[in-house]
Amino acid sequence: MTKLLSMNRRNFLQASAAGLAAGVAPGLIGSPALAQTALTVGFIYVGPKDDYGYNQAHAEGAAVIKKMPGITLVEEENVPETVDVQKTMASMINLDGATLLFPTSFGYFDPHMLAMAAKYPKIQFRHCGGLWTEGKNPANTGSYFGYIFQGQYLNGVTAGYASKSKKIGFVAAKPIPQVLQNINAFLLGARSVDPTITCQVIFTGEWSLAVKEAEATNALVDQGADVITCHVDSPKVVAETAAGRGAFVCGYHANQSALAKDKYLTGAEWAWGNVYTNFIKAAQSGGKLGNFVRGGLKDGFVKMSPLGPAVSAEGRKKFEATLAEIMAGKFSVFKGPIKDNKGNVVITADKAYAEDAIDLESMAYLVEGVVGSTS
Amino acid sequence: MEDTGIGLWGVPLAIFAGAIRVSTPFIFVSLGETITERSGRINLGLEGTLVFGAMTAYAVAVMTGSPTLGVLAAMATGAMFGTIHGWICKWPKVNDIAIGIAMMQFGLGLAFFLGKSFIQPVAPKLPSIPLGSWSAVPQVQAALNINVLFFIGAALALFLWWAFKNTRVGLILRVVGDSTDAARAMGISPDRVRLLATAAGGSLAAIGGAYLSLYYPGSWNEGISSGQGLMAVALVIFARWNPIGCFLAALLFGGAGALGPALQSVGVTQGYYLFYAAPYVLTLIILIATSSPTRALAGAPGALSLTK
Repeated sequence: MTKLLSMNRRNFLQASAAGLAAGVAPGLIGSPALAQTALTVGFIYVGPKDDYGYNQAHAEGAAVIKKMPGITLVEEENVPETVDVQKTMASMINLDGATLLFPTSFGYFDPHMLAMAAKYPKIQFRHCGGLWTEGKNPANTGSYFGYIFQGQYLNGVTAGYASKSKKIGFVAAKPIPQVLQNINAFLLGARSVDPTITCQVIFTGEWSLAVKEAEATNALVDQGADVITCHVDSPKVVAETAAGRGAFVCGYHANQSALAKDKYLTGAEWAWGNVYTNFIKAAQSGGKLGNFVRGGLKDGFVKMSPLGPAVSAEGRKKFEATLAEIMAGKFSVFKGPIKDNKGNVVITADKAYAEDAIDLESMAYLVEGVVGSTS
Repeated sequence: MEDTGIGLWGVPLAIFAGAIRVSTPFIFVSLGETITERSGRINLGLEGTLVFGAMTAYAVAVMTGSPTLGVLAAMATGAMFGTIHGWICKWPKVNDIAIGIAMMQFGLGLAFFLGKSFIQPVAPKLPSIPLGSWSAVPQVQAALNINVLFFIGAALALFLWWAFKNTRVGLILRVVGDSTDAARAMGISPDRVRLLATAAGGSLAAIGGAYLSLYYPGSWNEGISSGQGLMAVALVIFARWNPIGCFLAALLFGGAGALGPALQSVGVTQGYYLFYAAPYVLTLIILIATSSPTRALAGAPGALSLTK
């Protein structure tokens, strides 16, 4: 009964909101152009938005669009990847009047965002990281992501010069394609400097587990890894623990140089402000929002932290040369021949994937030289 | 190529180091809960106290620059949480388990709310004692960098074990815990004893939180505990309300928790989800092995609502 009641209330609110938009609003606001620019945008984060990591990168992007005229920003942090996120979306739509939603965490996509998109066909949903498929997923949904593995490749280049033990380490959350891309790119970058380098990976199994991340970092350093990077939601613990043990740190998501100080080599950072600005401009001008938006370093989706003092002159030269090639669109991180760490050829010699190759988004292997397993 | 790894030796070393690094919060929370439960009351809210203690310690350390002050402040807030729990539970027909759950949510929510602005700043850390200087192996040196709180926890376990048996306060606590009526007949106020025991328990649990945020992993964010406070409450039952048992059980948990990352680091990479379940599997095995169909839980305080 309660459920029924709340449904009714929701439908009522929805109907009255629709009525407002259709009938009352144009009467009140004279010019249609002005009506177009007013837009309520909802951002949903899986963790705290000042975590030195994934959520902070998105929140910094949201802060950029907040300054744009006509934008009302609603945000909610610490929303689990469960039915909770559906409730958050419903409340943003029904109570705050949001018409464009950015659920930013990987696990929000399927089934939660897709279910809500089917229920609210007039609301636009754009998800970070999901693999939107035309025909399969609703037209009012879409996904955006950046080729941050290019940044991890450059991280690897600096790691290759900094490592004395020829062993580098990676603390990873879950073996999903985007994480595997980063691990592989990190090692390939290091191997472009010295092909004998190996990369040890430890999966923690969750996006945010402070104690386990610290244990994993310690275990990597114990095994001789002297450059550490990671792909977890908040790299704060990994960066501090690794630097505390005397290992070099390559950052991820955001700039952690304040945490690792002179042990910080460089870092692969998001530049979501540009991406969100484009979405908002399209929405405000009545244009079509892209359903499948991707970009890398040259598109301004991703940026690198300034190089730290521990990067040698030689390392700096190679880093800048590689970066210039990437910016010119002439560089391929995943260029055959590449074997996986079980000995199978995964990319043949005649193939060189551009960063936007769709095959890369379903990567399920670790390349030769990575010590670890995807299951 | 310079080989600085220590190969398979890394696994026992990681388990040993992990046992010391990870166990300290478990030690303090479970010792605190032992004091509370020995008085005949359960405080399930220690997870909230732990997280609030972690936040308080971090915030005070950031503001004053002194991690020691942070620990003391955490103890004070922990005692406050315990006092609230103890005070509410003295009223008739109040269920201490339900209040504990409510206090847990309250502590978590308040910590997240007040701790918002302290996620970014970096706090000074608690000092550790470098006991590994005799070794030339940096891994061993790192493993033997032991925080002073660990030793305090170990000493406290011994002291409580002795004090429960041999001191007047310990005796009063046990009388209240075993029979409310007997305590009343002796002229002891059970409510007051339980209030103090819960406050002491909360205060210890908050030290565990301070260790998390100020030493290992040494950072404050909302996912810092991941249920360690709840696990520690379960440890108390597992350890049969014996302080030394709590200490050993905490070590076991810490060591088993380090198994997953350590095995991956030496190349045993298949099935890491299974290794991460090791502490829980271990608990189940020990509980089953030590259970008996013919007797009740040995060592359980008689007035504990768990056994009613």
